[in-house]
Amino acid sequence: MRFGIVVNEGPYTHQASDSAYQFAKAVLAKGHEIFRVFFYHDGVNNGTRFTVPPQDDRNLQRLWSDLAEAHKLDLVVCIAAAQRRGILDANEAKRQGKDGDNIAPGFRISGLGQLIEAGIQSDRLVVFGD
Amino acid sequence: MSTLHTINKSPFERSSLTSCLAHLAEGDALLIFEDAVVGARKGCAFAEALRAKLPSCALYVLGPDLAARGMKAEDIAEGIGIVDYGGFVDLAAGAARVCAWL
Amino acid sequence: MSQATSKKKFLYINRRAPYGTIYALEALEVVLIGAAFEQDVSAAFLDDGVYQLINGQDTTGVGMKNFSKTYKALGDYEVRKLYVERESLAERGLVLEDLMPITYEDEDEDYAEKPSIHLVDRSQMARIISEQDVILSF
Repeated sequence: MRFGIVVNEGPYTHQASDSAYQFAKAVLAKGHEIFRVFFYHDGVNNGTRFTVPPQDDRNLQRLWSDLAEAHKLDLVVCIAAAQRRGILDANEAKRQGKDGDNIAPGFRISGLGQLIEAGIQSDRLVVFGD
Repeated sequence: MSTLHTINKSPFERSSLTSCLAHLAEGDALLIFEDAVVGARKGCAFAEALRAKLPSCALYVLGPDLAARGMKAEDIAEGIGIVDYGGFVDLAAGAARVCAWL
Repeated sequence: MSQATSKKKFLYINRRAPYGTIYALEALEVVLIGAAFEQDVSAAFLDDGVYQLINGQDTTGVGMKNFSKTYKALGDYEVRKLYVERESLAERGLVLEDLMPITYEDEDEDYAEKPSIHLVDRSQMARIISEQDVILSF
């Protein structure tokens, strides 16, 4: 079965990203596929590589990036939500005249259409939020 | 085919559980996770409202979220099943759609 | 692997008032983008979500953008099924007439203007949920 996962909140403040991550791992462990993980609203904040969480706790960005690499997952950060919250890749930084970018490895910035497509192409779409 | 409803906020904090319960259809399943698990505790103010759905719907709590909040299986209202994340995946796969009550 | 060849039924569930959080606005943005994908789209407004459609929103004092008129454009985007829950209105002391008039033009009936808002009760809303393929919550 093919799953789409939506993460509506940023790391740490809400459990949403953790729950989504644990769910994603379980989906893969069960032999299912993940079509896409889409990060919306504050969920885009999962996609910055500049977090420095305490060493004795999980690093959510790294967990997502590593999971994406290990399983070739498509982690998409919504461009409109990202623009509001300051998550940029190199292209966006150049386009918007910003002096840096912060997108984390394994994440890509794209449009809301990717969320709709995930709904169309997945057999089940599961939303994690506040 | 049925719906898997998910509820993650404590019913003492937010009305989403109450709203969710009012929208369950016969044969649906409800997964209670994150802070919402506090509403599934035996003897708490929401236990009866949850149990009232048992004849028509299947109710589950996510075990890891129970443990995180210092609860054990025997603390949960009777009739509510306990699943892990793998069980959560199975519930989603076994339903036709998933409806998150945030 | 299943390639979707037929339309899926998408339901967008709105349960929060506008402005206190961004969910109403960003949900609307999804609905608008989603319209281009020609799926069978409905939007549900229940609990405080009914306030997203309330008439006379004036945000000048709070300094936020008033996006309420965008709901009126939904008809142009082929989103014509806005289900508003009757009990949610009543609990909040509201009636249908407190909401914005939102219409669409029915090309099958000489572009006659028809209401996009459909008042449903809780049990009908439960049934609507049961009929969907994809449910997005914000």
